[in-house]
Amino acid sequence: MNTPTGIWDGDIHPYLRSATDLDPWLPKQWIEHQRNYGSLRQTPLVNGSAYHKSQPNAGRRDAYPPEGGVQGSSVSFLREQLLDAHNIGWGILNPLVASQGVRNLDHSAALCRAINHWQAEIWVDAEPRLRASIVVPYEDPETSAAEIRHWAGDNRFAQVLLLSRTSFLPGNRRYWPIYEAAAEANIPVGIHAFGNSGWPVSSSGWSSFYMEEMIGHAQTSQAGLTSLVIEGVFERWPTLKLVLVESGFTWAPSLMGRLDKHWKTLKSEVPHLKLSPSEYIRRNVWWTSQPMDEPENRRYLADIFNWLGWDRIMFSSDYPHWDFDDPSRVIMFPATHEQKHAFFTGNAQAVYGSR
Amino acid sequence: MARHVVAAAADFPPGTRRLITINDRAVVVFNVKGEYFGLYNKCPHNGGSLVQGVLTGLLQSANPGNYTYTKQGEIIRCPWHGWEFDIRTGQSFCRAIRAKARPLPVRVEPGSDIVEGPYKAETVEVRVENDYVVVEA
Amino acid sequence: MQIDVDIHPGTPDVAALFPYLPEHWRDMSVMRGITDLHSANYPDMTPLAARPDWRPPKGRPGTSASLIASQCLEPFGTNVGILNPLFPVQTFYADDLAQAFASALNDWTRAEFLDRDVRFRGSIVVSLENVEMAVEEIDRCAADTRFVQVLVLAGTARLLGRRTYWPIYEACVRHGLSLGIHAGQDFRNAPTALGWPSYYLEDYVAHAQSFQYQLTSLFCEGVFNRYPTLKVVMLESGWTWVPALLWRIAKYWGGLRFEVPWTDRSPEEVVRDQLRFSLTPIDGPDTDQLRRVIDHIGSDQVILFSTDYPHNQFDGIDVFPTAFDATLRKIISDDAPRAAYPRLGSLT
Repeated sequence: MNTPTGIWDGDIHPYLRSATDLDPWLPKQWIEHQRNYGSLRQTPLVNGSAYHKSQPNAGRRDAYPPEGGVQGSSVSFLREQLLDAHNIGWGILNPLVASQGVRNLDHSAALCRAINHWQAEIWVDAEPRLRASIVVPYEDPETSAAEIRHWAGDNRFAQVLLLSRTSFLPGNRRYWPIYEAAAEANIPVGIHAFGNSGWPVSSSGWSSFYMEEMIGHAQTSQAGLTSLVIEGVFERWPTLKLVLVESGFTWAPSLMGRLDKHWKTLKSEVPHLKLSPSEYIRRNVWWTSQPMDEPENRRYLADIFNWLGWDRIMFSSDYPHWDFDDPSRVIMFPATHEQKHAFFTGNAQAVYGSR
Repeated sequence: MARHVVAAAADFPPGTRRLITINDRAVVVFNVKGEYFGLYNKCPHNGGSLVQGVLTGLLQSANPGNYTYTKQGEIIRCPWHGWEFDIRTGQSFCRAIRAKARPLPVRVEPGSDIVEGPYKAETVEVRVENDYVVVEA
Repeated sequence: MQIDVDIHPGTPDVAALFPYLPEHWRDMSVMRGITDLHSANYPDMTPLAARPDWRPPKGRPGTSASLIASQCLEPFGTNVGILNPLFPVQTFYADDLAQAFASALNDWTRAEFLDRDVRFRGSIVVSLENVEMAVEEIDRCAADTRFVQVLVLAGTARLLGRRTYWPIYEACVRHGLSLGIHAGQDFRNAPTALGWPSYYLEDYVAHAQSFQYQLTSLFCEGVFNRYPTLKVVMLESGWTWVPALLWRIAKYWGGLRFEVPWTDRSPEEVVRDQLRFSLTPIDGPDTDQLRRVIDHIGSDQVILFSTDYPHNQFDGIDVFPTAFDATLRKIISDDAPRAAYPRLGSLT
């Protein structure tokens, strides 16, 4: 199939070329702190994950920039290998550089501020097709709200970024200052898979394999979405736009059915909800497409798109990660021109609008 | 079918690989411990470039906890999603994967049989007793 | 023939187990004031815990064989009902206490239900706190062929695929018992991977994710490869989530097979061969979509009839989705449950 022009890519990962890349925006105190103590998260290892990736940096082996550095660390190579090669007209950066979820909250805040500067000045200023995400120290919701307000007027930023594995379920009231600030600024919130909640990665303890961890993001996102709906985040902020990034989406119709059914029985517990769970979801929530599932019969995916709505799913590549999706290979079942336009461009435009 | 010269065998040592184009299609040729194997470069999954993948062995298990490791250096993992293909046969090793990579026969032929390719028979460096790596496609 | 694979007998209180507890445990319970185990998985008075027409004026529903027969077997034309007790004996932390109560519960099931009505079958409840003791309990109860499965919960201390638990599956296979995984937590972990929800509604919805993590674990750890004759039944799990999970497992398996090299069948094949799901609750609106989900799963043999008595999941006696035709209903009611439970195989 021919890729349409001007694709909007909902998930691109920039990486630091060197440990000192953030120094221009980090106070000296934090440069020294970083050197001596590292960015300590709720993990056993100082760097990386104890669920070791299947390939170095979880990256495509062909994505190392010619000038050196890890995959995703070069603006020019990203431009060539992703934006130009795949006709990407607009792409959002979701940095996964250790910052959010760092246990020392002051350190976390300093890193987030620096990464936001780095995105804006090194990436977006150099490449007008890119937009940044406001990364925030989400375990400190008041500081996060301040960080959102700091960048809210800056159109280089298209969304607020949270990670999926927060220390409490994302709908929990402690995080409400974040949603308040985002809604007030009319900026969407993207929740991207990963992070380190401090809890085991499944509801029955620690999985054994990286494969399980990767599959498990779908379940974790289901719990997160359930929380946002049932706690009443969408009731409280009806205009808030929420994007679930790299979480999968084929599970969504089933979760909506399950939520609606049991909400009907247990309504008396949650009188603050004025709409059904699926009504909130259809109004406030979008998904990015990667990783696109691959049923043997690709037409089953068409069922999911029809059940969920062609207006709710946005293309994403996840460049430069190994499980990335090539836009020309992602819709492998019959779809109309209007449907493909919505998927590749229209839905993202509706969510991110003028940013 | 025509025969295409990849390189002089002497220039194509073990552990290396070459990418060539045959009839507008990229082909990757590997030298594994002195044996040559060729595959169409495009991964049958999503079109990743196999030449940029990593060569490994084949890890198998008859029972959880037991491992057998064979075919070291003969399995190419696509640089994108890591699908594994036996470079001798194109065979994949996961029942999630229906497709095979497409192998091409690769031979080492004596210089006297060469009829075409980037090395022209008339270059001064050509010696009759040199061996050339030739792909038939 | 109709078989109902998920019926919950009600244990009124701890005293109901006294006839089956050794003397010192009885006396300790009285001395300490352990009068009841009221599970947070099913607080008694929620609208979900009991359908209004199944809720007695006083006490827990389903506390006697005759009550269950009249409310659950007869109205649905059920010939055989499998009992899954949910009295939360899994919540005890001490090995011996947990095992004593699990044994007592199993003996209670036998005496109060299996002995009183030939239509009932039982599940051997075990605590996973001590796997050796769990296997002893399975061996003890398995001699009684009216027990057809071993029962564990969907939320456990470690994922069920882990090798620590394999002696239990060994025992299942040895005795021709199926493994039943029922909705609920033993609360060794929080209800979700992101901690504790604020609302019971979230807790209940989260069971579906617990089942998904367990299915993934059983597949990846190779339980289905090591025990190819083991039948695993997911009870009160919902089933509309199954296809999306299978697709996701298959997708990652393609690139990550090296991590789990013993896996020799695709997730879809494994489900068709060894995994089953009880019918109730039906997590979706009553449309053709439900029939389409069966297509997505790729087999019409994977759903087993259940009422989930006395939980409040549907009204009247209309259990099935409208879109399920007579052929499919018969498979769900009869053929599929028999195939899922080797010990039911001799039923006529």
